[in-house]
Amino acid sequence: MSLLKDFTLACPLPIHQYPKVLMAHGGGGRLMNQMIEKMFANVFDNDFLKQRHDSAVFNVNKGRMAFTTDSFVVSPLFFPGGDIGELAVNGTVNDLAMSGARPLYLSAGFILEEGLPMETLWKIIQSMNKAAREAGAQIITGDTKVVDHGKGDGIFINTSGVGVIEHPGSIGPSEVQGGDVLILNGDLGRHGMAIMAVREGLEFESAIESDTAPLSGLVLELLSQGVSLHCLRDLTRGGLASALNEIATASGLSLMLEQSAIPVREDVRAACEMLGLDPLYVANEGRFVAFVPAAQVDQTLKIMRAHPQGQGACVVGQVTPQPGSLVTLKSPLGLSRIVDMLSGEQLPRIC
Amino acid sequence: MEVCGGQTHSIVKFSLDEMIPSKIRLIHGPGCPVCVTPLELIDKAISIAARPDVIFCSFGDMLRVPGTSKDLLSVKAEGGDIRFVYSPMDALKIAQDRPDRQVVFFAVGFETTAPANAMAVYQAKALGIQNFSLLVSHVLVPPAMETILSSPQNQVQGFLAAGHVCTVMGTAEYIPLAQKYRVPIVVTGFEPVDILEGISMCVRQLEEGRFEVENQYARSVRAEGNRPAQELVQKIFQVIPRSWRGLGEIPLSGLGLSADYMEFDAERRFDVGHVRAKESPDCISGLVLQGIKKPLECAAFANACTPDHPLGAPMVSSEGACAAYYRYRNRNDSVESSPRQSFGRGPGFLVCKNLDPGQKACRDDGTKKFTVDRR
Repeated sequence: MSLLKDFTLACPLPIHQYPKVLMAHGGGGRLMNQMIEKMFANVFDNDFLKQRHDSAVFNVNKGRMAFTTDSFVVSPLFFPGGDIGELAVNGTVNDLAMSGARPLYLSAGFILEEGLPMETLWKIIQSMNKAAREAGAQIITGDTKVVDHGKGDGIFINTSGVGVIEHPGSIGPSEVQGGDVLILNGDLGRHGMAIMAVREGLEFESAIESDTAPLSGLVLELLSQGVSLHCLRDLTRGGLASALNEIATASGLSLMLEQSAIPVREDVRAACEMLGLDPLYVANEGRFVAFVPAAQVDQTLKIMRAHPQGQGACVVGQVTPQPGSLVTLKSPLGLSRIVDMLSGEQLPRIC
Repeated sequence: MEVCGGQTHSIVKFSLDEMIPSKIRLIHGPGCPVCVTPLELIDKAISIAARPDVIFCSFGDMLRVPGTSKDLLSVKAEGGDIRFVYSPMDALKIAQDRPDRQVVFFAVGFETTAPANAMAVYQAKALGIQNFSLLVSHVLVPPAMETILSSPQNQVQGFLAAGHVCTVMGTAEYIPLAQKYRVPIVVTGFEPVDILEGISMCVRQLEEGRFEVENQYARSVRAEGNRPAQELVQKIFQVIPRSWRGLGEIPLSGLGLSADYMEFDAERRFDVGHVRAKESPDCISGLVLQGIKKPLECAAFANACTPDHPLGAPMVSSEGACAAYYRYRNRNDSVESSPRQSFGRGPGFLVCKNLDPGQKACRDDGTKKFTVDRR
């Protein structure tokens, strides 16, 4: 909570004058400058932004760096457990984390729809700042465009990120080895079902909250304690099933999951069941799967469970010697089935 | 034969057909409402949904079903206002909120979804909502079962009746079928243990020479069903002949709006009677839906027909037999489209006839044989 001490919930722009985003806020003139100065620069406050230059200039350490980009178009903008701002930072931070990189610098590109309440924008950038600080990153450059009313969905955000890789190893699908164990950092499906519940006006007994969270701290902790992370993948769009299919294809190896070991919260499972969705394919925003050598499983679980983002860590499967890049799931009945890549979007079924 | 697509999905998902003794063969029935919706009606839906004055509402899994030339998702991509909803009442609310637009709900499904659709029409009339209509494709289970049983090609010796349908309709309609065709009918649920128990009850009846209607799904199904729901359906709908995709027209096998509610019929309102459809010649979904062929016996399976490029509805719906096989079985196990194809057991349950000793892959000699030997 100490991070919030310098936050103010009062937007410094004269909102009574401009309660909503106008085309002029993207027009390069006084209003745009006022918004950049009083909102973005004020909140993201750092020396790079103070340069007031077309690009942020920073020193590069020797060694390897990671660079990633992601765009965020979520609807609704605010949902149980988070908002688009938090998502935009965590998403890019987590992509860096999956390479084992320490996130350093982020960019923030905003496409605002004319008519977006300024208060909404203010809340979103506050969230972005809070999330960046939690991840140890700074938002050091950005851009704003405004599109006509009806041409956007309130706000679209693109974030790119640069991180530094401080460990000597390589992390990726090509490093996956037969016998590696798959470890998940927590339960599945919460983000996707939280969004769907709000979007479709579905009411469950308990509110399902998004799991959005920065994962870099946990990954860096694992690396600092000597865990050989062969491959990491965050389980966003398409969920665990899609991520594992991508890795199986890229590595040429097959993966076997234990159905009974995959944690899905009871309310999420019930919501998925009701809508005919498979939690294996539902999006997460704070979950990842780690491929580690069997000899390091206990150590990995111990480290993860001691970290706030890994309290629900568990072994969910392993890499098998079977050729063919198949992902299979062993049921509690002892039979296996294929877990395939999703075709298109998951669509709720009729009955 | 398990009648319902939800049961098919469970069977394949949990590999139940591989657990049971080899003397018992499960045949997948025509109980996926998406799969049996006739192509002509999909084309009519596409025609209506493309109109600029229409908001077209549907359950999600109808959107990817291929019509003659495109699907509803393609219409959406081209600018059609198509929304997937969870209930016809959601569509009715959209009609109330948007009096400037015609709101059409795609009313598909078996007896399970008919009461909610009936309620939407009943409410629309009661509230005087004139910009709401249904494109109706309701079908009834017992006539389809009778069609299968009366076919000379019928191989079905026992039925797992659809639990959700019977929750609404009860079990009385099945008693004459069981008696006339001397076939056990067990109303069955959808969990793996439900299905296994349903199979066990069917087998026990066969062994004892009984042909009765039994209720495995008693936690949801009462013999009399849901009377208020049945009364509402009878008020709003009337029994009519209905075309089934892959099966053709079956007399008295569908529901259409009754005379008192005909004003809510989208087919009449939008004059789509001229729409004519053309099925893909490569799709054998009709034979699959009748249980005469398995998805793996289709030459197009996993080749020309995949969930990304479906030729027929059973490859689209999450309840479709072809999609279930594609998703949960090895796509490399496609076979020649020979009716004599032998099926073994276990993960490599197809027998490849074209392997050299010790070879792991079939020679490609132009026949459609599977490529990986997992025996």
